[in-house]
Amino acid sequence: MAMPEPASGPDAVTAREPSILYLEGVSVSFDGFKALNSLNLIIRRGEMRAIIGPNGAGKTTMMDVVTGKTRPDTGRVLFADDVNLAHLDETDIANLGIGRKFQKPTVFESLTVFENIYLAQKTKRSIAETLFARIRGEQLTRIEATLETIRLTERSADLAGDLSHGQKQWLEIGMLLAQEPELMLLDEPVAGMSDAETEQTVTLLMEIAKDHSLVVVEHDMKFVRNLDCTVSVLHEGSVLAEGPMESVQSDPRVIEVYLGR
Amino acid sequence: MGPISSRLVAMESKRGWAAILVLAAIAIFVVPILNLAVPEGSLFHIPTFWVTTLGKYLAFAILALSLDLIWGYAGILSLGHGAFFGLGGYAMGMYMMRQIGERSVYGNPDLPDFMVFLNWDSVPWYWLGFDQFWFAALMVLAVPGALAFVFGWLAFRSRITGVYFSIISQAMVFAFMLAFFRNEMGFGGNNGLTDFKDILGFELSRDTTKVGLYIASAVSLLIVYLICRTVVSSKLGRLLIAVRDAENRVRFLGYSVTNAKLFVFTLSAMIAGLAGALYVPQVGIINPGEFAPAKSIEMAIWVAVGGRGTLFGAIIGAFAINGARTYFTAAAPEIWLFFLGSLFILVTLVMPQGIVGVYKFLRSGELIEAIGRRLRRGDA
Repeated sequence: MAMPEPASGPDAVTAREPSILYLEGVSVSFDGFKALNSLNLIIRRGEMRAIIGPNGAGKTTMMDVVTGKTRPDTGRVLFADDVNLAHLDETDIANLGIGRKFQKPTVFESLTVFENIYLAQKTKRSIAETLFARIRGEQLTRIEATLETIRLTERSADLAGDLSHGQKQWLEIGMLLAQEPELMLLDEPVAGMSDAETEQTVTLLMEIAKDHSLVVVEHDMKFVRNLDCTVSVLHEGSVLAEGPMESVQSDPRVIEVYLGR
Repeated sequence: MGPISSRLVAMESKRGWAAILVLAAIAIFVVPILNLAVPEGSLFHIPTFWVTTLGKYLAFAILALSLDLIWGYAGILSLGHGAFFGLGGYAMGMYMMRQIGERSVYGNPDLPDFMVFLNWDSVPWYWLGFDQFWFAALMVLAVPGALAFVFGWLAFRSRITGVYFSIISQAMVFAFMLAFFRNEMGFGGNNGLTDFKDILGFELSRDTTKVGLYIASAVSLLIVYLICRTVVSSKLGRLLIAVRDAENRVRFLGYSVTNAKLFVFTLSAMIAGLAGALYVPQVGIINPGEFAPAKSIEMAIWVAVGGRGTLFGAIIGAFAINGARTYFTAAAPEIWLFFLGSLFILVTLVMPQGIVGVYKFLRSGELIEAIGRRLRRGDA
């Protein structure tokens, strides 16, 4: 064949704007239910992107596909333009530089806040390295800086299980930061937070967005508006609308499936 | 934030080290001296029977440590640890079997009695090398380790966790029991391996050999305890707890959960094998009964009663329950199983942290506070 297929091969990739995450035609179905339906989504390097959509729109499935928890039936998932994520497992993908916060805050409850960050901190992950690891001074400084960022310095010696729900969310975000990922996926980071905590989280995420690419899935509209970034609306497994919050909000299709209800 | 040393957590507090030192000194020096140097009539004399009984408990304590390492820290409940214990025991038994030589009933220098009985001409290939102590000692660790590695790799890679893992580990030990009962397996079938004469040239019937085996068990327990303590207080130890708390989170942090579990499970199996190898020369027999599923479940009870996730609790549990067994099976054999059963229910319901948990609770002063509150309420 003389004609190369479009959108495949290295030329097609480099022809696009450089992206940190590139999903093309991704479909996933569970027992006939199409969780993702030929989803196309491109996140630019350094961008913060909010993803909204009604329940069952495929937001969490999208994250599962990117982080290796679920394999796509069809479609391409590329990280930083050239790494195909479709066949890697969670551990490999995490080590490539993709961090993920779960919907339900997931921290190590019987370890201290400090130990949670310490384990997350970017280091060699082999068993031998972990067995013989010692904390060095600059490592300690970075852990302290992370604790400062997530406002948990005072709680550093407490068990993570004793934190409030909102603080657990922050701790998990702190663990992601300590991983030093290029791309962070946050699934409902303000769920269960008080208004004050939500506001603080906006500030925190804006700070983080300065040197990370961020994808935030959220239900809280006020929170998303405050993030002041591009919004993608997911509906039935594909993108329904994309753009700034104002234009998305006034889109009649979006109003029909989501905001209007 | 308080000062943090280069090590994440101190291995033991000063009091902890002092307690270990005292207990180790008593176990390694005082007990043997009271047996060998104190005359038999004396009040302080410890009979050899008790030394060997204590030696058996020490082997069980090592076994309990191996289980606590995976269950208490990594959350892997193995109900098949008897397989590793038994294999370690068989490896040592095979060595002692080969040492019998011409002193056997049939007097065949090259064949153990049961093989003569089966009309075999020579030892099967898997018995080769077991006439050498170093080889047997290596196999004591290598065979359980290899089994755990393969079994663990298959289970952990497929993400079999929790109760499913417990059930298949139980099935594994049951399979071993059935296999070892067969005479054609070449491990003595039903009767197992017994009638041992000596170990490393020392006659097993001598008191000094028995005390020697006891000391070897005590020293082994100390070393195994220190190894386990080193592992659990390292960063890897924190990782194991993390795996227990939230396995998925660990994966998304970029650690391999499979490798972490595989490491600790294999280490644990090797420790269990060592325990078996120390146990067999002291009781003088190894048979497929060690692979009985009930025995593997009982090991979990030792750890639960002592308090899991503490290491020390496992040792206490092994001593407490086996001590109680020795007492009850002599004083009131018919109630022993009822006692064991109700103990397990009691511990699960009332003291989920085991004996160590109760001790910590009493020391924390919470009980006194609670009594104080009640008294004040009574006054009002």
